[in-house]
Amino acid sequence: MSVVRDLIRFMGGTAILTKQVISEGLRPPLYLRLITEQIQSIGLMSLPLVLITALSTGMVMALQFGLGLEKFGGKMYVPKIVSLSIIRELGPVFTSLMMAARVGAGITSELGSMKVTQQIDAIRALGTSPIKKIVIPRVIACIICVPLLAAIANLVGIGGGLLVGWSELNLTPAFYWQKVLETITLVDYMSGMGKTFFFALFIALPACYFGLNVSGGTRGVGVATTTSVVTASILILVGDYFLTKAFWIIEQWL
Amino acid sequence: MAVIEVKNFTKSFGSKLVHRGVSFSVNQGECLGLIGGSGAGKSVILRSLIGLEKPDQGEIHIDGEEISRWTERQLVEIRKRVAYVFQNGALFDSMTVYDNLAYALREHTDLSEGEISDRIRQQLEEFGLQGNDFVYPSQLSGGMQKRVGLARSIILGPKVVLYDEPTAGLDPYNTKKIQDMILRLKDRGVTSVFVTHDMPSVYAVCDRVILLLNGQIEASGSIADLGKDPEGIMQRFINGIEGA
Repeated sequence: MSVVRDLIRFMGGTAILTKQVISEGLRPPLYLRLITEQIQSIGLMSLPLVLITALSTGMVMALQFGLGLEKFGGKMYVPKIVSLSIIRELGPVFTSLMMAARVGAGITSELGSMKVTQQIDAIRALGTSPIKKIVIPRVIACIICVPLLAAIANLVGIGGGLLVGWSELNLTPAFYWQKVLETITLVDYMSGMGKTFFFALFIALPACYFGLNVSGGTRGVGVATTTSVVTASILILVGDYFLTKAFWIIEQWL
Repeated sequence: MAVIEVKNFTKSFGSKLVHRGVSFSVNQGECLGLIGGSGAGKSVILRSLIGLEKPDQGEIHIDGEEISRWTERQLVEIRKRVAYVFQNGALFDSMTVYDNLAYALREHTDLSEGEISDRIRQQLEEFGLQGNDFVYPSQLSGGMQKRVGLARSIILGPKVVLYDEPTAGLDPYNTKKIQDMILRLKDRGVTSVFVTHDMPSVYAVCDRVILLLNGQIEASGSIADLGKDPEGIMQRFINGIEGA
């Protein structure tokens, strides 16, 4: 019962938070300096993690498919399979999962600590809004950074595949690149990138919600941080299915 | 004239009734001490005076305006006039002392950065904190953090200051510093509500005191009258005979 109650509370709380973010976000002032700081902290600082994840994913994919398909004489399909998988799915999803782990946890623990030490109350007591000062800059930074990082991850992932194709599968870089360009369409690219805007919200909003609703002192901060990462990961993975389905339907119309 | 007027304040948390019909008022320039056992809900009342909590029933009048049902946006105007000093300072730990003090000035005034800088230097000097401008709160002692918290709260020149245990856990030197600052603000006509367990500070800064027990006001009186009834509940509380 408590799981259902918590789920209802989470859904209601996140809906209210989303409404506050929209209504306060549309009213000036917009704290550009805070948004820039968050873009640096959320985006730039996550770049190494995203690069490593994307590179390894591309390399492993190329190796697995290359060695598997070699038996049937199909290793020339490796560039096609790897690039499509990365562009449509793995680049956006793995980037978002990494961001959920690094950024989601960071946001929840920071906001939770601020709540426990009454800094959130101090923001209110000084006549300012925690939504404007804390939540909106983080949400906007995630909406900007997650798609950008996913775009970089796509390139690096394909690059990783190319490296393995060249070094392990005897596919020349020119051949590999040509096959990638022949395979990927703008629709494939947009299908993957379109999802990242939703994934950004799946990371930022639960992270802020759990951080702002921490109770039970420092232990509560730890619990909220874990819950935030788990929630964001589940939302990304489950949401990915429905978003993929939705984008397929849109593609049929186009 | 009453600057703060609380009428029939009732508040519960879950099934726990914390306050039952608490009413009191604080006059212009007066310092009211709010004492009572731990968990008696003193801080809840204090937080409600600035809209950080909402009463379930009752009214809160600040400067004649009933604020208990105001929205966060409406409360901004009240929060410029009513300062809240948090028990642990509640300083923004990602900001330096300077930026903590500049926070409200940047938000609510049209002062230039130069004017803000002058104002902050003056404030730091008044609070004996000069030279700590670019230090982070975690690098300060507890007493200094509380002084910075007080300096930050009153930088807009509020009409009312609400103190939540400002001397708790401080050594006698820092306690005296905080008391002196509160008295200086009082001399300037600032109205105050002082929540504390620290009776020497109550005697030092308050004009009147209210005892909160079991969710109600059990006793109240002026500081001058405190010792007059040795068998009264107020004196028994102060002497540790009666509690929460």
